[in-house]
Amino acid sequence: MRNALLAVILVTPLFALLGTMVVNKRMVFFTDVLGHSALTGIAIGVLLGFSDPTLPMIILAVALAVSINLLKNVTRADMDTILGVLFAFIVALGIVILSRQGGFVKYTSYLIGDILAVTPKQTGWFFLIAAVVLVYWYVLGNAMILACVNPSLARSRKVNTFLIETGFAILLAVVVTVSIRLVGILIIGSLLVLPAAASRNFARNIHAYTMWAMAISIFSGVAGLIASYYWGTASGATIVLIAAGCYVVSALFAAQK
Amino acid sequence: MDSCRHCCTKIDGLTVHLGGNIVLDKVDLHVNCGEVVGVVGPNGAGKTTLLRALLGEIPYRGKISFQVSGAVSIRPKIGYVPQKLQFDIGSPISVQDLVVSAISCRPVWAGVSRELSKKAKDILSVFSAETLLNRRIGELSGGELQRVLLAVAMTSNPELLLLDEPASGVDVKGLSLFYQIVRGLKQRHDISVVLVTHDLAGIATYVDRMILLNRSVVAQGKPEEVLLNEKLVMAFGPSLWNISCLPLLLSEGEDKIDNH
Repeated sequence: MRNALLAVILVTPLFALLGTMVVNKRMVFFTDVLGHSALTGIAIGVLLGFSDPTLPMIILAVALAVSINLLKNVTRADMDTILGVLFAFIVALGIVILSRQGGFVKYTSYLIGDILAVTPKQTGWFFLIAAVVLVYWYVLGNAMILACVNPSLARSRKVNTFLIETGFAILLAVVVTVSIRLVGILIIGSLLVLPAAASRNFARNIHAYTMWAMAISIFSGVAGLIASYYWGTASGATIVLIAAGCYVVSALFAAQK
Repeated sequence: MDSCRHCCTKIDGLTVHLGGNIVLDKVDLHVNCGEVVGVVGPNGAGKTTLLRALLGEIPYRGKISFQVSGAVSIRPKIGYVPQKLQFDIGSPISVQDLVVSAISCRPVWAGVSRELSKKAKDILSVFSAETLLNRRIGELSGGELQRVLLAVAMTSNPELLLLDEPASGVDVKGLSLFYQIVRGLKQRHDISVVLVTHDLAGIATYVDRMILLNRSVVAQGKPEEVLLNEKLVMAFGPSLWNISCLPLLLSEGEDKIDNH
């Protein structure tokens, strides 16, 4: 439980930070594709004989993130359709490989996640990833805002929007993939979106947006973990439910204004 | 072609091929410091392509350079005011966030210091936009947004200021204020300004020189001269401007010429 609590306190602010940009840049579907690519990542790991499929999961998600970002920048293709096709393909491929000879049931734990199974070693990795994301956000936070508002405006100020977006996509891929064991493939996207979406209903500037998103994310994480312990429910889903409750409250608050 | 005075941005033989088509063909354009040049042309004339080439966003042949007292320097430092923003208007990005992001490395998500906030307000006050400091940029009117974006563009001390369709979505009062501010900037900072627009009324009143672009520079000169060029009116037709304003513009132009 102590490891689980520590992991939640490390991961939820990360989700909040990344989520603010995911929501601003309308990348929710992109995040879902990355999350669901974990199925194929696990399948590749199984085929190659990995006992822990985390590495193939990360490599596949990062490769996908970089490729999608490249495609977005060099073509005028409709990204919504491309992501839809990719989503279907990547999920189907993973399920086909993992379901050979009726073996899919072994992997259902990846669908809903299990925070209580987190190890101290994994918590150490979360700490390292949190540090990298924080440094990235601190150094490039302002450039990301300019790029978000208008890429040409950002480029006219010597901001390399392609590199910044690629770096963000890679971080997103890594954080989503390593967190899948905690919250599960099915709801990982919700955990990124809900705190930021709720925060938008309160905030009128980036500082408030980020701080509200972090507060809602940490609160949902800790409250969800404790609630799931007493209720005997899946932690990830319980956290998401509480975050969804926060969103409803924020929406009511916004409607009253 | 005007030669450079003490400094200017020189565009020589600018040619852009896109998808096998020549979009811009050997465009020569020198914009002196302290000069506002208005670029007009029909749809597909290459106006946006010209801006994208100046911004270095697309490959081109030819040369874009900034020259001071005869010595050619590198590409000019560019300030860019986009036509529209590509963001979700519900985003909680305030005017202060945008200005501080442009002037400071300290991330705005970690909080904006009083000193930076005051600096942002001072910058905005030059553009009659200091009261907008805490507004979300998605809440601004077209004119307010243009003034804020102009303030952001000027924070990089540009040598060349590019304005992309500033009249788009801006009311008459807001546009008049915007153009007056641009005129004030060019006098105070001695910068070159290139303004791409469909707003001929604005151009006639506020620009020093007008360029008619249709893949290459078809004509250029003082606005009243270019606007009275009958062949060009015939060649570009109603797509160039709202034809209803043309008689007014022509009469204004004639008055100006008579006065000379």
